[in-house]
Amino acid sequence: MSTLGTLQTLARESARAAAESIAGQGLRSALTVVGIAVGVASVVAVVALVDTLERSVTAEFEGLGGNSLSIASFTPIEARARGRIASLTPDDLARIAARIDGIASITPLLYSPLEPLVEVRHGSEVALVPLRGTTHTYQDVYRAYPAVGRFLSVADDRHRRRVCVVGDKTRADLGLPEDPVGEYIEVGGEWLKVVGATERKGDFLGMSQDDYVLVPYGTMAALLGDMPKDMVIQLALDDGVDRDYAQERITQVLRRAHGLAPDAEDDFRIHSPDQLADAFAEIGAVVTAVAAGAVGVSLLVGGIGIMNIMLVSVTERTREIGIQKALGATRVHILAQFLTEALALALLGGLLGLCLGYGFGALLGVLLPGFEDVTVPLWAVAVSLSFSGGVGVAFGILPALRAADLHPVDALRYE
Amino acid sequence: MALIEMTGIGKSYAIADREIPVLRDVTLAIETNEYVAVVGSSGSGKSTLMNILGCLDQPTNGEYRLNGRDVARLDDAALAGIRNREVGFVFQNFNLIARASAVRNVMQPLIYRGIGVAERHRLAAEALARVGLSSRMTHLPNQLSGGQRQRVAIARAMVTEPSILLADEPTGNLDSRSTERILGLFGELHRAGQTLVVVTHEADIAARTGRVIELEDGRIVGDPT
Repeated sequence: MSTLGTLQTLARESARAAAESIAGQGLRSALTVVGIAVGVASVVAVVALVDTLERSVTAEFEGLGGNSLSIASFTPIEARARGRIASLTPDDLARIAARIDGIASITPLLYSPLEPLVEVRHGSEVALVPLRGTTHTYQDVYRAYPAVGRFLSVADDRHRRRVCVVGDKTRADLGLPEDPVGEYIEVGGEWLKVVGATERKGDFLGMSQDDYVLVPYGTMAALLGDMPKDMVIQLALDDGVDRDYAQERITQVLRRAHGLAPDAEDDFRIHSPDQLADAFAEIGAVVTAVAAGAVGVSLLVGGIGIMNIMLVSVTERTREIGIQKALGATRVHILAQFLTEALALALLGGLLGLCLGYGFGALLGVLLPGFEDVTVPLWAVAVSLSFSGGVGVAFGILPALRAADLHPVDALRYE
Repeated sequence: MALIEMTGIGKSYAIADREIPVLRDVTLAIETNEYVAVVGSSGSGKSTLMNILGCLDQPTNGEYRLNGRDVARLDDAALAGIRNREVGFVFQNFNLIARASAVRNVMQPLIYRGIGVAERHRLAAEALARVGLSSRMTHLPNQLSGGQRQRVAIARAMVTEPSILLADEPTGNLDSRSTERILGLFGELHRAGQTLVVVTHEADIAARTGRVIELEDGRIVGDPT
């Protein structure tokens, strides 16, 4: 008989003996399996949710324009101490637009420095809404196109017209009709005429992306009066433009424009959506790590359950082990048989946990908005199965060794 | 060369810091196709001798050659191989695997030879036919009478065609009719060339063998050869 044939027989007989033993002790096996299953189910559910979250975040940022940058002023502490507050101006925007190649679109965003949300009224309806001063280029950078009416125009900006474009949610909140063109809303005591409403984008992470009022940059500047005007510059790069290079060029242009000494710190910060996405990924990683810890503990408990049940099984079958040894079973045969049983219990737990995890993930997908297509990544399937298998082997080895090391005479005499 | 050659075999157990000798200076030789009874009162060392003969246990001292191989110096795997190939055991309490059918019990020792399942089944069915249990192949041990169980055990011992069949009080738990049947089977096997060693304390069983070795207090006190 060849070694391979012997190994095959060993594997097959071990598997069959394990199946018989597990089935023969149905309830006991089921309880042991549940111990592992709970651990695996929780990791699968958590990983599925985190993964789904990350994917939707990534998709959203790509919707913003995969290759976009935002530039905001930043006042270093020492400069602040000397009473210098950094800001970005329309001149900065013009310089960047003129000197950096590969910019697809660029737009300023001017906010009220006092309050990010302003009170907006229409009739008896009041809403707290972000108010942004920007230009016609906004629609290209944010891909926010008018659904009705028109967008802000160059002339609006130049003449500081009292007009605005509203997001779909803001429109609804203010009780404006589907076509709000021609209606007036009141912002900080000023009346603005609605000239358009943008296409609905929907929610992202439970937050509406359609809640804003856009006014011409010049109008916003006028509304702010004497208040400091510090814009954020948002830009989209052409496809294929190296973002790191663009970032470096912008830094050079702004440093020169701001007359910074070579050893001075930048008085602005350039962010890319990747950084935000990375931040989300980091949060995801932390959540996954915490979940992994919890799962480690529950798998440990499950593993102890397996070890316990295997020790019972070995004791119960001591005599049978003696018989097998008398008939010619080697240590390896007995070891393989019990190790296979422990492994099978653990893998059953892993599979059951996988199913439970899928079910739980799908349930959350139904219950939570934004998690419509929850999927379990393949690596999570592989990891949870190999982990539960590892637990089976790790906690099965001691009982299996105990069985294999039984002395045949003692085992046969066992009552 | 004899099938079994034991020279100065001793076995002692350490119990509470004291060495309790169970076998002392046992020397014996058994030829192929002998039919031997080992008799003695309980505690005389019969079962220990049987375990050493069957390589279930190792002697404390002395030399044991089975088919010319020095068994005392073999490791666990080699001993398991000898139990599988050279020795067939029949026990007083049958020692069948309770949750396995008759045929599965008989197939069991063939697993350790790496024989495929179809061939195993064929050999086991043949062995069961030889002990007259073809109609009971799929019965579980608890669905069989004591005599039938012991016949399954004999089929299991014989299916590997061992050099020697070792039976430890094989009829101790059986009624007289079953005992007769088992002894008849042993006789048949002996006539077919099988070497048998039967441990018993019953004189009428010993009388049917060809040679009676008597043990007392761990020593051979009577052996016609």
